[in-house]
Amino acid sequence: MKHETPLLDELEKGPWPSFVSDIKREAESRRVNANNIEYQIPTDVCEDILGLLELSFKDGTTHWKHGGIVGVFGYGGGVIGRYCDQPESFPGVAHFHTMRINHPAGKFYKTEYLRQLCDLWEFRGSGITNMHGSTGDIIFIGTTTPQLEEIFYELTHKHNQDLGGSGSNLRTPSDCIGQARCEYACYDTQAICHALTLEYQDELHRPAFPYKFKFKFDGCPNCCVASIARADLSFVGTWRDEIRIDQEAVAAYMGGELLPNGGAHAGRDWGNFDIQKEVIDLCPTECMALEDGKLKINNKECTRCMHCINVMPRALRIGNDRGLSILAGAKAPILDGAQMGSLLVPFVKAEDPYDEIKEVIENVWDWWMEEGKNRERLGELMKRQGFQKLLEVTNIKPVPQHVQEPRSNPYIFWKENEVDGGWERDINEFRKHHQR
Amino acid sequence: MAFISSGYDPENPMKDRITDIGPRNYEEFYPPVIKENKGKWLYHEIIEPGVLVHVSESGDEVYTVRVGGCRLMSVSHIREVCEIAEKHCGGYVRWTTRNNIEFMVDSKEKVQPLKDDLLSRKQPGGGFKFPIGGTGAGITNIIHTQGWIHCHTPATDASGPVKAVMDDLFEDFGRMRLPAQLRISLACCLNMCGAVHCSDIAILGYHRKPPMLDHEYLDKMCEIPLAIAACPTAAIKPAKVEVDGATLKSVAVNNERCMFCGNCYTMCPSMPLSDKEGDGIVLMAGGKVSNRISNPKFSKVVVGFLPNETPRWPSTVKAIRQMVEAYTADANKYERLGEWAERIGWERFFEKCELEFTHHLIDDFRDPAYFTWRQTTNFKF
Repeated sequence: MKHETPLLDELEKGPWPSFVSDIKREAESRRVNANNIEYQIPTDVCEDILGLLELSFKDGTTHWKHGGIVGVFGYGGGVIGRYCDQPESFPGVAHFHTMRINHPAGKFYKTEYLRQLCDLWEFRGSGITNMHGSTGDIIFIGTTTPQLEEIFYELTHKHNQDLGGSGSNLRTPSDCIGQARCEYACYDTQAICHALTLEYQDELHRPAFPYKFKFKFDGCPNCCVASIARADLSFVGTWRDEIRIDQEAVAAYMGGELLPNGGAHAGRDWGNFDIQKEVIDLCPTECMALEDGKLKINNKECTRCMHCINVMPRALRIGNDRGLSILAGAKAPILDGAQMGSLLVPFVKAEDPYDEIKEVIENVWDWWMEEGKNRERLGELMKRQGFQKLLEVTNIKPVPQHVQEPRSNPYIFWKENEVDGGWERDINEFRKHHQR
Repeated sequence: MAFISSGYDPENPMKDRITDIGPRNYEEFYPPVIKENKGKWLYHEIIEPGVLVHVSESGDEVYTVRVGGCRLMSVSHIREVCEIAEKHCGGYVRWTTRNNIEFMVDSKEKVQPLKDDLLSRKQPGGGFKFPIGGTGAGITNIIHTQGWIHCHTPATDASGPVKAVMDDLFEDFGRMRLPAQLRISLACCLNMCGAVHCSDIAILGYHRKPPMLDHEYLDKMCEIPLAIAACPTAAIKPAKVEVDGATLKSVAVNNERCMFCGNCYTMCPSMPLSDKEGDGIVLMAGGKVSNRISNPKFSKVVVGFLPNETPRWPSTVKAIRQMVEAYTADANKYERLGEWAERIGWERFFEKCELEFTHHLIDDFRDPAYFTWRQTTNFKF
């Protein structure tokens, strides 16, 4: 290797896959260049990234310059520019831009396609990736500015593949595995994720918002793509009829023939399955009971938390009247504190072409794009202008489900037209009955 | 290194430009058994750590072998994934929302050869390329960020600490002995890209020194009002400064009001703040995103500071191990770490995890801080 990396070498030890070994492998592959590739960025890019990272491990600080504005014509995002602050020592990473490549919903791949991407990225980039970025994109880490258009041209012309989002725009939507391989999925997360990504391509590629905006699609309240914490609008599958019970399978769980929770706790002796202790007593609404050996659920009181279904997947199934809930405003701490999504639409059907859902999205955007301050997330606008305003702009009637609890302070705003006689009053009229 | 054109013509940049085509359609990439049984799944089982079976109404089965991925990966590694998928899985593979890799086969007989192949592949240092696990009540992959490999605002590295922590907790990736699944995540600064604010245990890069001010360049590089508006505690105000006899527009930082979030640097390149001794790690605990039994929870700060100890962050690894062991020993079945801490009380959490409670852990950010203090006489000695 070009640089000594004694600190990083320590991270080649241990059982977990080592990113250091992997980058060294790529560095070696580029050095040998068995396929005589005409590398379009420095051959030793991987050696220089290790050298620079070693310097950061020594210095306890990053060695990337602030910011970097690069991209492709026609788009305002999708590429994160990055420049090393020691370009003389590490010329291979003087330019080291990231490209976000919009992943297919569900992150299913055919190897033929992955190999095409690998060939492209080895030829025109560093050969280093993230599979995947936290928002969902395939991340190509490290290329030079002149390669950006070349890569984009090949992606779109040869691979029918677009960039993902970055900047103050709609970011790349992502989803859980959904109906593709999960019996809990209450709607087709891949279908809606793909459909809305295509519907809002303009909003994704050309920043027109006060700040970033994310969609995530969870098939059920287990939230495997964490939409409730990591998307400005989160779409969480649910049902509104009854949990389907197979009493024979319930008996099989009680008899020990089936392992609880699909066997998720098999690595430890938790004793025999006790349906009372493990399901009925843990139900948050206490709406379950055993009667004559049969499991009863008072579905009206069920909040669909998924616990009983998670514990007995062969006996209990989601209902048949399915849709999703929409929650709004999740974000990380900057600026006003972290937020999770707040329930906005308790239930809506999730059926193509998703018109009702699009209406909510577009009403939210109309409001936020007009009223949102520079770099103000939707969640912060909701705090600043009030949840009531969000209901008003989305034409949604307030219901108790919108709150965890009613307000405890009495600082209540009324609209003038809600109050008999309005607000225009004459002090002289008042004084006729109340002397000074 | 001769330049090779893709066909793009820089003289006519908008010529033949294709835009707004979005991602590839997921349906192109479904394995046949998935395509045929989509929406028809009846139930699933975890037949052993890292191996799932899903059974369809049609009677079809799909077996999934989940393996750890280190997220940051080379094209050589992806090609090896492809090679395995072609050999065993008809050329199909997928990634999870926690950056593990899943290989799927349509019959039980195909599982063992796949597993044997995966476990036979080692790195030069002896590490597994494809460790099997990440299912059920264990510890799965760590959601993490860029760190020193690519970002300009980190207070710690990402890939390094993740490797160190996963090496230490490796056995729990491949077994299911915990009361519930335990999600660990890392963010290298408090932008918290990823899942730090909602994880059972979270590693967060943090600074402890106010920004330095590059007065000579600040007004040239920065939109001053944006830097001022970027501060959650209003520690920044506009200022005029004298540099080499010239009066320049700049900003002043009230160090007493600065809590080192670094958001001003995000907006203004002339306010860098990273520092070898100052920077390090905050640990958080008790967050979750699922709605199972209890509502989703934010993670809470439980360790105010640990130093960046390259290359293996031993203090961070040790504190996380303490939490994992205390939780595993004490929590009830199905209880997430946050549910356990709330049930026993945070005072007991600190005792059982042998973590020191310091003033840094008491919320002092605006009105909501009050609601985190204890307005009751109910506490444990």
